[in-house]
Amino acid sequence: MALSREQVLHIAELARLKLTDQETDLFVEQLSAILDYAQQLNDLDTDAIPPTAQVLSLRNVMREDEPQPCLTPDEALANAPARQDDYFQVRAILE
Amino acid sequence: MELYALTIHEAQDLLAAGELSSRDLTTAVLDRIDAVENRVKAYLHVDKESALADAAAADERRAAGQDQPLLGVPLAVKDVIVTRGMPTTCGSKILQGFMPPYDAMVVEKLRAAGAVILGKTNTDEFAMGSTTENSRYFTSHNPWDLSRVPGGSSGGSAAAIAADECIGALGSDTGGSIRQPAGLCGVAGLKPTYGRVSRYGLVAFASSLDQIGPICKDVTDCAILFQAVAGHDPRDATSVDMPVPDSLASLEAGVQGMRLGVPREYFVDGMQPEVEQAIRQALTVYERLGAEIVEVSMPHTDYCLSVYYLLAPAEASANLARFDGIRYGYSDADATTLWDGYRATRAEGFGAEVKRRIMLGTYALSAGYYDAYYLKAQKVRTLIKQDYDRALEQCDALITPTTPTTAFGIGEKIDNPLQMYLSDIFTLSLNLAGVCGISIPCGFADGLPIGMQVQGNAFDEATVLRVARAYERASEWHLARPAL
Repeated sequence: MALSREQVLHIAELARLKLTDQETDLFVEQLSAILDYAQQLNDLDTDAIPPTAQVLSLRNVMREDEPQPCLTPDEALANAPARQDDYFQVRAILE
Repeated sequence: MELYALTIHEAQDLLAAGELSSRDLTTAVLDRIDAVENRVKAYLHVDKESALADAAAADERRAAGQDQPLLGVPLAVKDVIVTRGMPTTCGSKILQGFMPPYDAMVVEKLRAAGAVILGKTNTDEFAMGSTTENSRYFTSHNPWDLSRVPGGSSGGSAAAIAADECIGALGSDTGGSIRQPAGLCGVAGLKPTYGRVSRYGLVAFASSLDQIGPICKDVTDCAILFQAVAGHDPRDATSVDMPVPDSLASLEAGVQGMRLGVPREYFVDGMQPEVEQAIRQALTVYERLGAEIVEVSMPHTDYCLSVYYLLAPAEASANLARFDGIRYGYSDADATTLWDGYRATRAEGFGAEVKRRIMLGTYALSAGYYDAYYLKAQKVRTLIKQDYDRALEQCDALITPTTPTTAFGIGEKIDNPLQMYLSDIFTLSLNLAGVCGISIPCGFADGLPIGMQVQGNAFDEATVLRVARAYERASEWHLARPAL
């Protein structure tokens, strides 16, 4: 399953990763090799097989909708690359 | 015997009898770290002051009459598990200097139990890898041959145990990351059943596969550490609300009358002959101990690699989306727009293997490809689980090799991702099927350890530990130490 350069660049954009030309070429080769290998799954007839998303049969694990202790703003912001008052500072979203 | 060479259970006896203080034990282990760490490079972070403070506190608690199983015992924690007050990097530059504001549940439990936390061990970046060569900081070395890999991703913890740089350790396992390094380093490593140990505070790699577990010097220690961290946690919605049986109570019960299954698909071409021999030899030991060996078939074993390398990267691509330079971690300073900031932060912060897996996972989940790759892999996962259900109907536990070869040289496989992935072919299946398993030493080839896996039913850690312990009692591999 050979990926094209365009496909690799598209995937990189979906993943918000800036790739160098060298990385792009390397990934075209390596990802294609891995996906090629994974083609073996097509040997198997899975039409009647349900997918396993998680191995436990847990469903809808909920808790009471009551406030619990949580991090203080200072704790939550302690590792922030940029902080303004009690906010994470980010670059402009709107022009 | 040197204090640093003690096991948890030996240390417990001496501490309880008042013959040893945690301060002396911890000092001995810290001195050991000083003596060998520049060669082994197991730790990303050692906190001497904090460890000695933990030790002093433990001695005081003991003097006041307390005696929990881990009171005063010095332990190491893999650096994908958050520790308040100690940096947690996940082996990545994107979290360089990150100081978690909270402790993982397992760390809370260790602290409540009075354990001494020595520091954080090296890991492949975000637990993605089989050798620690993907750590952005340095590669750890196998104490049995420093030119070889210790395995991964919990290679730091396994190397630290093999080198007596801690009395016990925690690792994490998504596709073999506890068991494979335990196998390559000649120590014991248990992957509990998915849902058994809370993932609260384990930096997520693949949320349906990750589990925290012990890497220790012997099976008894694994049981002790497992009992200390297992159990329901309401903060982890995937942790099960089931009582944890006392695996220590049945540990010495032996294998008389038990049926042990050997899946024929685990003996493959390309396996190192001495590895196969060691496992066959171990099977005769089990027979001598009274077990019946039955051959079973797990026909989808060959497909585990493909399933894993579609599901795990897919889940990882979602879990690693949080690393965007906004709330924590590395943040590119030069970008002018928000989105350029994301692209550059992640490009600079992540290493090659992490990028590769994020790319693979993003592709497998993307529109037009989801059915062919991700959904298909989930369906084959069901077939793999069914293989286990059928096999474990015929026996109490499965015996298999842990890895196809002994430890290879540092640098040998790093340029060939697929070759690297093949070192996990015997361990991936357990995470996919949601069962538990342990690796224990069963021999040597040219001075390098060989590991054997005991695999068991979901939530049946007690049987897995008991079967492993029976072999350990009849052998001496776990007593060997590398010459450092």
